[in-house]
Amino acid sequence: MRAPREHAMDTIEPESRALKARTLDLTRGRVDMSHGGGGRAMAHLIDEVFRHAFDNPLLDRGDDQAQFEVGAGRLAFTTDSYVISPLFFPGGDIGSLAVHGTVNDLAMAGAVPKWLSSAFIIEEGFPLADLKRIVDSMAAAARAAGVQVVTGDTKVVERGKGDGVFINTAGIGVVPAGVDIHARRALPGDAILVSGTLGDHGVAILSHRQGLAFETDLQSDSAPLHGLVAAMLVAAPDLHVLRDPTRGGVAATLNEIAQAAGVGMHLDEAALPIRAQVRGACELLGLDPLNVANEGKLLAICAADDAQRLLAAMRAHEFGRDAAIIGTVVEDANRFVSMETVFGGRRMVDWLTGEQLPRIC
Amino acid sequence: MKYIDEFRDGSAARVVAERIAAEADPAREYRLMEFCGGHTHAIFRYGIPDLLPPNVRMIHGPGCPVCVLPIGRLDLAIDLAMRPGVTLCTYGDMMRVPGSRKRSLLRAKAEGADVRMVYSATDALRLARELPDREIVFFAIGFETTTPPTAVAVQIAAAEGLHNFSVYCNHVLTPPALVHLLETANPEDPEPVRIDGFVGPAHVSVVIGTDAYQRFAEHYRKPVVIAGFEPLDVLQSILMLVRQLNDGRATIENEYSRAVVAGGNLRAQAIVGDVLEVRETFEWRGLGDVPFSALRLRAKYAAHDAESRFAVVPVKARENKACECPAILRGVKRPTDCGIFGTVCTPENPMGSCMVSAEGACAAYYTYGRHKAPAIA
Repeated sequence: MRAPREHAMDTIEPESRALKARTLDLTRGRVDMSHGGGGRAMAHLIDEVFRHAFDNPLLDRGDDQAQFEVGAGRLAFTTDSYVISPLFFPGGDIGSLAVHGTVNDLAMAGAVPKWLSSAFIIEEGFPLADLKRIVDSMAAAARAAGVQVVTGDTKVVERGKGDGVFINTAGIGVVPAGVDIHARRALPGDAILVSGTLGDHGVAILSHRQGLAFETDLQSDSAPLHGLVAAMLVAAPDLHVLRDPTRGGVAATLNEIAQAAGVGMHLDEAALPIRAQVRGACELLGLDPLNVANEGKLLAICAADDAQRLLAAMRAHEFGRDAAIIGTVVEDANRFVSMETVFGGRRMVDWLTGEQLPRIC
Repeated sequence: MKYIDEFRDGSAARVVAERIAAEADPAREYRLMEFCGGHTHAIFRYGIPDLLPPNVRMIHGPGCPVCVLPIGRLDLAIDLAMRPGVTLCTYGDMMRVPGSRKRSLLRAKAEGADVRMVYSATDALRLARELPDREIVFFAIGFETTTPPTAVAVQIAAAEGLHNFSVYCNHVLTPPALVHLLETANPEDPEPVRIDGFVGPAHVSVVIGTDAYQRFAEHYRKPVVIAGFEPLDVLQSILMLVRQLNDGRATIENEYSRAVVAGGNLRAQAIVGDVLEVRETFEWRGLGDVPFSALRLRAKYAAHDAESRFAVVPVKARENKACECPAILRGVKRPTDCGIFGTVCTPENPMGSCMVSAEGACAAYYTYGRHKAPAIA
């Protein structure tokens, strides 16, 4: 038989129930092992931090999964994990990055992003204030992008076994009929475009890492790109390829596409849009902007005839103001990506084996 | 003046390139060595070989501190890192260089050694303060550019009484290496390298000044032009060398006058002089034993010298037999002359350090130039 107090609780509105039951010290408290234990402490954490922020009917059901109608047509499905350090950086944080990254992976298929999952692995001792800040940021990014976080998971690992917090997001989107975008569609003669300035995110991150602090007001370019893609598809419905140049930068991404499509690429260094601050920081550290990560930019490959119209549509959008045509796809059995330098010489744009390292001397 | 855009101006570059083509005597060859790995990198990154006439040939010198470090010295660093209680701090480039028996600092880290990537000696000092129970060893490499910061770090450690901070010193010197290149030094290599002139290192010269090369130019009758790192700097310096050779001159010229002065950075030199002294000899990868070419900590700083502190015993290690790094570092062979270049030896699977370091001739050629793979020299 239920105790009278619990019975009374059943009739109270969910929101006020959460308020009454608030047990977490979100200002000074820390995550501890009980928050991952599957018991009441974990339920409180999920309720007061995650559900409170994400706030949607599917999540509020509290099921182990989200169930929804999808309608006819193709779905796009993607997943990403985020282990970035520092967790907070100019222009964003691991939370907003997680939403943008997954939304963008869907957008690169021309899909309309709709539903996200988010799984957190939190290190024991992580400040609840930071967790709330990250989750609130995710929620704001999701709202701005028009997507919902409908299911999730929470785990806590012992101190020393996690770098603060790791986040995995998966996403589902719907691909409109007639849209057929994938790497193998790159053809010799196609134009290569980029939606804006290169290297902003990577340099903003580096400028905040310990030991590399230098003065810059550069922000990460982390942003959701599905709105830009929708505008691009109106201007050029037969877009061939879209990809966002994240880790490894433009160099890695173009090489991936070249390998997949069995083509070569010729770039024009003078056409690359790069902010002076990024150029300066890269020179200081001995980095090549082509190898630096971007989180709010995309590469597009389209038929040559569509290039100017596509460029105009991109520049008209808030996330494509500095868009540029940067090269051409060519026939090449070797699948090399090369670039005409501002000097008139030609050199390869290779992808690096591992992380790009700052110069020693 | 922004210092980057102006020195990458394409139209100015074309003017200089045309001058080089016009003034280079078609009846002779100009074999010019860029000593510094940063210059090798710039040459390939900007496609400068495409702009030079065929009789002006760049030979890639050994000015890459990662590339010239002998395997034996790296093996010692790995051994140090494997010792309990030691935290080895190293520049990123050194982490992937293969030592003996396929070991590397990266592999040692995966096996549990405490190896940390740092951007400077200051980072290592900070770690020493933060981790008083660990022995922090800074793996110091580099030519004269990175030597002053190491020396400063030792002075600070001594002043603060940071007993857990020490330096494993592998700093090397440029002028002795230049001298050595011109002597028939390597007994395995019967043919002396023929170099007509040198594009001199940029940042090294900021520290040591142009005066440091005077004796070298006079004695060996080879022109040296100190060049900045921008592509226009390099092209201009090549033009200046061509002119000197045409005129039969052999002097030191300073193209990098916006940063280099005749006497160099006297304060830096004084600090280095206080902390470090010259070793009688030091083994260089590719060049063999080179006299008076490297530095070690002075006895008064022995407490911060990892070699004293950890009773390190020098070991001579064997190179991979197929690896042509030694010949490439001496400018005798090109990366494409190496039988394993691009096949067995790639940036993912480097056999020798010329491929690992971003400034190594092989890595530069592979990353920027292999679209000309079947090309002839």
